[in-house]
Amino acid sequence: MTISKIDPNFKYEVAAEPGGEEIKYCFACGTCTAACPVRAIDERYNPRKIIRMILLGLRERVLNSDFIWLCSTCYSCEERCPQGVSFAEIITAVKNIAAREGKLHPAYVTQLELLKKFGRLYELEEFDNKKRAKMGLAELKTSCDEVAKLLGD
Amino acid sequence: MENKYALFLGCTIPLRSRHYEKSAVEVARLFGAELEPQQDFACCGFPIKSASREAALLLAARNLAVAEEAGLEILGLCSSCVSTLAEAAEELAEDDDLRAKVNEKLAKVGRKVEKPPRVRHFARWLYEEVGPEGIKEKVVAPLGDFRFAVHYGCHYLKPSWAFHDAEDSEAPHSIGDLLRATGAEVVDYAEYKKCCGGALLAIDEELSLAIAGEKLTRVKAAAPDAFVLVCPFCAVMYDDNQGKVAAHLERELGVPVLFLPQVLGLALGLSAKDVHLKLAKNKCEKLIAAFAEG
Repeated sequence: MTISKIDPNFKYEVAAEPGGEEIKYCFACGTCTAACPVRAIDERYNPRKIIRMILLGLRERVLNSDFIWLCSTCYSCEERCPQGVSFAEIITAVKNIAAREGKLHPAYVTQLELLKKFGRLYELEEFDNKKRAKMGLAELKTSCDEVAKLLGD
Repeated sequence: MENKYALFLGCTIPLRSRHYEKSAVEVARLFGAELEPQQDFACCGFPIKSASREAALLLAARNLAVAEEAGLEILGLCSSCVSTLAEAAEELAEDDDLRAKVNEKLAKVGRKVEKPPRVRHFARWLYEEVGPEGIKEKVVAPLGDFRFAVHYGCHYLKPSWAFHDAEDSEAPHSIGDLLRATGAEVVDYAEYKKCCGGALLAIDEELSLAIAGEKLTRVKAAAPDAFVLVCPFCAVMYDDNQGKVAAHLERELGVPVLFLPQVLGLALGLSAKDVHLKLAKNKCEKLIAAFAEG
C-alpha cells in the first residue's frame, strides 16, 4: 500500500455518518470479531480488521471490497463491545458511503426496485389474498405508492 | 389491557408464514386482544438500511405514523421489522431535530410522526402482558410429552437499547419460560444465541446456508420434537431452506420447525387446523399425531 492511496480523512467521513460517530473510541480489543457469527465461518469478514483499515485510511480498498456486505446484522458486536462502539452501525455507515458512490451491492439494487414497485420485498397478488381469506386472515393492499414517493424515482 | 393492536406483518409473513400470523391472531384472541393488520403498513425499512440508513428510517417512520394515526400500539411478528421500528421510534422520540427532518419528508405522502407508538414483538407482549403464569392458568392440553428447542434470533433482543433492555441478550429466557408454561421441556443446545444468517441470503447464499447449518446441526444433536421460532425470516432459513442447508452440509437434518404461537395455541385449546400445523415444510409429525382430528 503506497501512501498516495491512503485517505487520512476516511475515519472522519465514517464518523460523520449517523451511527459512525463512535469509531474513534475503538481500542482494537477484537471482542467484535470474537462475537461475530460470520467471522466464525468466513475469514473474509473481520470487524476488527475493517475498523483498523478505516482508521488507517484505506478508503478505496474498503469501499471496493466484497467483505463490507457480509454483516448479518446480528448486533453481537455492538452488544459486547466494552467501548460502546456499534460495529453494526459502522459497517452500515461504510455501506451507505459505498452506495452513494455507485457501489451498492446488486442484491440491494434489486430490493430497492421491488420496494418501489410493490411497497414490499415480495409482490402480494390477489391470489395471495384469496389464500389469506380462506384462512380467515384480513385482505391486504397489493401495493403502496407512498413507498416509491419516499424513495424517489 | 388495551385490547386492540396494530399488527405489523412486514414483507415475508403475508406470503410465506400465514400459519404464524393465523396462530398469533388466535392466541391473542384467547387473551382478549385483537391484532389488526393496518392496510397502509408497508416495508419496515430494514432491507434497505445497507443502501441508505436515512431511507430506511423514513420507511420505518411512515409505518409509525400509520399506527399513530390509528391510535394503536404496534405488535410485530417479524423480529427484524420489530427492531427496525423500535429503533426508529426511539430515535424519533428522543431527537426533535431528526423528527422534524423526517416529518418534512413524510409530508410528501401526507404523514407525520408526533409521538411514536410503542412497538413490541408479539412474543414480548405475551411474556409481559400474559406471562408464563397467565399461560399456565389457561392450558387445557398440557405438552408434558414434548421437548422443544428455542431460537431467540437476533432482533427479538437486539439492539437491546431499542427494547429498553427488556431482556439480557446474553441470557434470554422469555420464550423458554412461555413454552415451559405448557408443561413442555425446553432443551439446551450449544450456540443457542447465534444468528440464522438470513440477512445474507441474497448477498452470499453459501455463507448464509453455512451459518444456518451450524445451528441446525446443534439443534439436531439435542433431538427436540421441534425447533421453535419467533421470526419469519429465521423460518426462511431453518424451514424453507432446510433442504438446501442439508445439501450444503451433506447430511440429513429433518428438524421439525414451528412458530411459538402454534405451540402455545395447541396447549391453550386451539386445534391442529386452527394453528395450521401442516403448513411447515418440516412438519412436527409427533404434534400432528397427538392433535389429530377426532
